[in-house]
Amino acid sequence: MSAVTASNRPAGFSFAQYLTCLNGIVWREGLRFVHQRERFVSALVRPLVWLFIFAAGFRQVLGISIIPPYETYVLYEVYITPGLMAMIQLFNGMQSSLSMVYDREMGNMRTLLISPLPRWYLLFCKLIAGTAVSILQVYAFLAIAWFWDIEPPPIGYLTVLPALALSGLMLGALGMLISSGIRQLENFAGVMNFVIFPMFFASSALYPLWRVQEGSPMLYYVCQFNPFTHAIELIRFALYAKMNWVALAVVVGCTAVFMIGAMFAYDPSRGFSRRGPAGGET
Amino acid sequence: MMQPVSPIARKNTAGLWEPVDVAALAIEGVSHNYGPRKALDNISFTVGGGSFTALLGLNRAGKSTLFSIVTRLFGMQAGHIRIFGNDIERNPGEALRRMGVVFQPRTLDLDLSVAQNLFYHAALHGISRRDARQRADELLSRIDLSERFGSKVRDLSGGQMRRLEIARALLHRPRVLLLDEPTVGLDVKARAEIITYVRELVSEQRIGVLWATHLFDEIEPDNQLVVLHQGRILANGTVASVVSKAQARDLHSAFVQLTGSGRASEDARS
Repeated sequence: MSAVTASNRPAGFSFAQYLTCLNGIVWREGLRFVHQRERFVSALVRPLVWLFIFAAGFRQVLGISIIPPYETYVLYEVYITPGLMAMIQLFNGMQSSLSMVYDREMGNMRTLLISPLPRWYLLFCKLIAGTAVSILQVYAFLAIAWFWDIEPPPIGYLTVLPALALSGLMLGALGMLISSGIRQLENFAGVMNFVIFPMFFASSALYPLWRVQEGSPMLYYVCQFNPFTHAIELIRFALYAKMNWVALAVVVGCTAVFMIGAMFAYDPSRGFSRRGPAGGET
Repeated sequence: MMQPVSPIARKNTAGLWEPVDVAALAIEGVSHNYGPRKALDNISFTVGGGSFTALLGLNRAGKSTLFSIVTRLFGMQAGHIRIFGNDIERNPGEALRRMGVVFQPRTLDLDLSVAQNLFYHAALHGISRRDARQRADELLSRIDLSERFGSKVRDLSGGQMRRLEIARALLHRPRVLLLDEPTVGLDVKARAEIITYVRELVSEQRIGVLWATHLFDEIEPDNQLVVLHQGRILANGTVASVVSKAQARDLHSAFVQLTGSGRASEDARS
């Protein structure tokens, strides 16, 4: 091969270029998030309502015995905090995939998809960007919760970070997988009802599973099979600088499955109607 | 031993090698169906480097479908598309990095600034912030938007947004530029500015341009012309040759004759 034919095909992109791309996508997601203050506020208000109102009301009804990772009796507010952290990420994951459906309909998605970098990588960057935003939301929530006497050990704020990164990726990938099956934006409300609520309520977010088992063994198994339960438990343990290996394994496995599924299933042309491209173009 | 090498290769402005004798954009036998409806039927044509090729067709002729396939938004159902010899299916990265696109719907982020939009696009092409900054300065001064560097895109006029989209499409220094009805919805002055700018890109920088339109007055006699109607190519050649072949007075009557419809571009605008 000659020099000319060899250099005819420059060997794709350098590692630095991949990083630049990731950086750019995360940066833009961050900018968009900053611009959408309502989104930030609602992302915070939702778990705070649960914490301030729901948990306060239920404090007397539900007693929590000493279960790992807690070493003492804990208040109900303390118990549901990891569930609320995961809920922030669940909503964020669904919302960022919602914005992908929206972008697809509005045309912004084209900017991303005409990038010469591999598509799976672009989607992966999108996932990381969404996860980064969700982590910011969770820490903002934790900061406010601290004033409400939710005080995990200081080291917990650090050890929970990798757990949040994993659970954020898992829920973001799930959102992406679901959004790849959605043709139009209107269908998304249904997804909220059929995905977010069942996932949240059939999990260990609001009640420990041993209590669920007492009430309904059937629901207990459903909760056990719900990957969201394991995301919560991973966060719960990490927040107290402890490790829950089962939760870790489930979350890692689900992240991989959802991510690969999303990358295979994602088809940019799906947002366009059968008749032709969006916006009356032909 | 060594294979015989085509001596005609040059480094383009992006530092990538490209053979000179290869078409900037080559479309071969492309068909596309939306369910039972045939949107494109065995389309073949080429856009040469440094040429202005007009893709003329009424609404629903299949222009945007073709754009969606070339840019890989739609999967290829049949045929081949090559950008400077790089097949978009087999070698999408190399094809896409040589191509700039301006879509018909606006794809700018309205809440971000002019600079932020450009930096985002640059990052998606692996261009560092420092390079992007320099390129953005050059491109924006060229389209008289330098002082709007930090403005939100929402505050720009329609014509400014379009110019910005073209500048953005040029940021990674593509050698072929695809524009899908870029003047839709613009006033006469803004339209003229955009046409002049793109024609300068062709004459000064030898960029190959594919310009989809349904407006006859955007096409000049020496341009290459592809007439697309109901998913099929009815004519392909220089404007002058298409007109003379149809034995028509001008492009307008040639088009009417070719498509068999008495409808002129005024109808197409509605």
